[in-house]
Amino acid sequence: MNRLLLNKVILVLSTLSALIGIGFLFWILATLSYKGVTSIHWSTFTKDLVEGGIRNLLVGQFTMALIATVIAVPLGMMAGIYLREYGHGSKLASIIRNLSDVMMSAPSIVIGVFVFALLVDPVGTYNGWAGAVALAIMMIPIIISTTDNMLALVPQELREAGIALGGSKHKIILQVVIKAAKVGITTGILLSFARIIGETAPLLFTSANNQFFTMDLSGQFPSLTVSIYNLATYPDEASRNLAWAASFILTMIVLLINLFGRFVIRNKK
Amino acid sequence: MAKEKAAKELVMNVKDFSFTYAGAPKPSLKKINLPVEKHKITAMIGPSGCGKSTLLRAMNRIHDLYPGNRYEGEINLYKEDGSIENILHLRKENDFIKLRQEVGMIFQKPTPFPMSIFDNVAYGLRLSGIKNKSELEGRVEKALKGAAIWDETKDRLKESALGMSGGQQQRLCIARAVALKPRVLLFDEPTSALDPISTSAIEELIAELKEEVSVVIVTHNMQQASRLSDYTAFMYLGDLIEYDKTEKIFLNPSNKLTEDYITGRFG
Amino acid sequence: MGGKLFRNFSFLSATLSFFILVGIFAVLFTYAQDAMHTFGLDFLFNEQWEPGEDDEGGIFGGYIPIVGTLLSTVIAMVIAVPIAMGIAIFLTEIASVKVAKPVSISIELLAAIPSIIYGMWGLFYFAPIVQKTVGGNGVGLLTAGIVLAIMIIPFMAAITRDSMNTTPPVLKESAYAMGATKFDVIKDVVMPYSKGGIIGSVILALGRALGETMAVAFLIGSVMHLPKHITDPTTSIPVLLANNFAEAEDLELSSMYYLALILFVVSFVVISLAKFYFFGRKQR
Repeated sequence: MNRLLLNKVILVLSTLSALIGIGFLFWILATLSYKGVTSIHWSTFTKDLVEGGIRNLLVGQFTMALIATVIAVPLGMMAGIYLREYGHGSKLASIIRNLSDVMMSAPSIVIGVFVFALLVDPVGTYNGWAGAVALAIMMIPIIISTTDNMLALVPQELREAGIALGGSKHKIILQVVIKAAKVGITTGILLSFARIIGETAPLLFTSANNQFFTMDLSGQFPSLTVSIYNLATYPDEASRNLAWAASFILTMIVLLINLFGRFVIRNKK
Repeated sequence: MAKEKAAKELVMNVKDFSFTYAGAPKPSLKKINLPVEKHKITAMIGPSGCGKSTLLRAMNRIHDLYPGNRYEGEINLYKEDGSIENILHLRKENDFIKLRQEVGMIFQKPTPFPMSIFDNVAYGLRLSGIKNKSELEGRVEKALKGAAIWDETKDRLKESALGMSGGQQQRLCIARAVALKPRVLLFDEPTSALDPISTSAIEELIAELKEEVSVVIVTHNMQQASRLSDYTAFMYLGDLIEYDKTEKIFLNPSNKLTEDYITGRFG
Repeated sequence: MGGKLFRNFSFLSATLSFFILVGIFAVLFTYAQDAMHTFGLDFLFNEQWEPGEDDEGGIFGGYIPIVGTLLSTVIAMVIAVPIAMGIAIFLTEIASVKVAKPVSISIELLAAIPSIIYGMWGLFYFAPIVQKTVGGNGVGLLTAGIVLAIMIIPFMAAITRDSMNTTPPVLKESAYAMGATKFDVIKDVVMPYSKGGIIGSVILALGRALGETMAVAFLIGSVMHLPKHITDPTTSIPVLLANNFAEAEDLELSSMYYLALILFVVSFVVISLAKFYFFGRKQR
């Protein structure tokens, strides 16, 4: 029977696809681990880029990502609160929701160009603030959508019960609704942090890079990802190995945050 | 019961049937025995969790969509050619397909597929290999007439089935099953999601259907069972407590548990 | 009082995404003015990218990076769509829960890996394989397309899986109850039911492939050269921006902004399209 054969073929092909997907994950992780672990030394963490380490790069990347989080989380959460708690059902809220989703998928390189025009060109120098702002622009829509979705899961009765007890709307949002959605929103923040910490394109011409350790955000600022891009294309073995070490560390950070985030969701649900 | 045996013509027969869900420590059905008579309506009643739907879903092996369930005993299907087949022995996908085309099923909620009314009814026919357009049209019309929904649908066969009312959708699903000319139709609480008017339309339809097919219906509406069925089986906690003619079960049950359930003392 | 302030602040935050989007468009449009005035729409079809003497003037056309972007995206989509669909089908319809769970997590982790890692892995491990098996010098359109595909597959598969999972089990059961095979159920029930979400996921992945920078930057070759063969090196809009934006001045810089504007507008249209398809399902 033809139909049965077709069925078998499709099922086999689908299973193969899954195997291919898993295969690539392990292939990538295996090569990355091998190259990374063999290239990592104690000095990788204690020295700065200028001496063949990534200490300043890690500090720089985290600094920019953290500043971006500090900018994006309050703005994104407030926007999400507006969409779900105040504007819900209104035409405006639905337009903003869609625009925010579009912004979430905007090419990251374009955001880099935009921030360059806004914060680098007028100042005349690449700077860490510009890098942080570019990352924040990437992060805001993710936080908006997480907050919006998580607040949607909070049962309406909870809000009504709060109102029935005589609470004012904003107090109930802050004291009841946000608390009820806390785990989900925290997870969303973690995952979006993992997303921006690995970004390269928005930093290329905003923070650019710095070989030295610095906390001065008004000048060129060290970036782990930009350094990987530069190092990988150098011809010498030492630079390439450092790029592998940096890539391995970056991937581990991103995957651990992801696993941690998913673990949190599963255990609190 | 014994003296009637000769007069009975069976279409299915469940014998010492036990069923355990994947990963469950204890069986959900224990040594069930239930004959299904040809061209009669057999109702299964009992409180929620008694296993009546589990048993029904074993009768066309729909449980097999989810791996790891365990069967014991026999569920025999009396074929048209006089042979008897224990459907628990089926292993091949092709055999499942044949079984399900012979033993159709109607679900609790209407399940129109996201396609037109015509394509919904023609779906099973096309699966069984019928491609001829005029034959399809003929059989779809016949099925829709058989499900008493032809007048409402004949002018909108090309429209999506999702636009129909709940009661119409359920009759469409019955038409879809009837189109395959099954020998047995399994109804899993077919009216529990419907309003009273749609419910009585479906009940009427099921009563008419028994001219063509044998019906097994799971319901927790006791009036429905007493109105519709020829035989009733009362199940409780995975056991079949009592099976008899419907009048007997409702007027003079032999078992105390059955009586308590019928009179509304629990459930 | 506090309530009003809170509400107003949340409203302002909400409008921020609107202002950022409009801001991006306005800034790119303004800075691209020079190039737009000088080259007009011919920019789209002109292969030349030649800076003038002492960075004065010059002739700039976006044809090569535009073609490179489109071709690498097409290659990626041709490979990614069937595989991603296969993975989603495997996860929702074939695998038991025990298998589906770890595979699902792996796919999601694969989607979380930064794109620069894909680029680097592709350059050192995948490009040599392409060079050996297909020819060329390793980096080029084909390699970029394949690695781009590997990058978008998990993303596409995850969204497709989620929308396939919205098909009510009873709907599938009722198709099986009529003698359908698994593939019949997938083709006739699951796919039509989750059509909107599936098309949406494909378009979102398309948008992602169009704008991807790092995975492609390592692999496409980064030369202003119109590819004659599938293994030829060329460039794409994001890659040209990544490598040359910082050094460009005057008219060349303005041409870069012009390219960024084109990329932004195309992505905007593509993603809005995906949103449009999502609409029916996602409204709560």
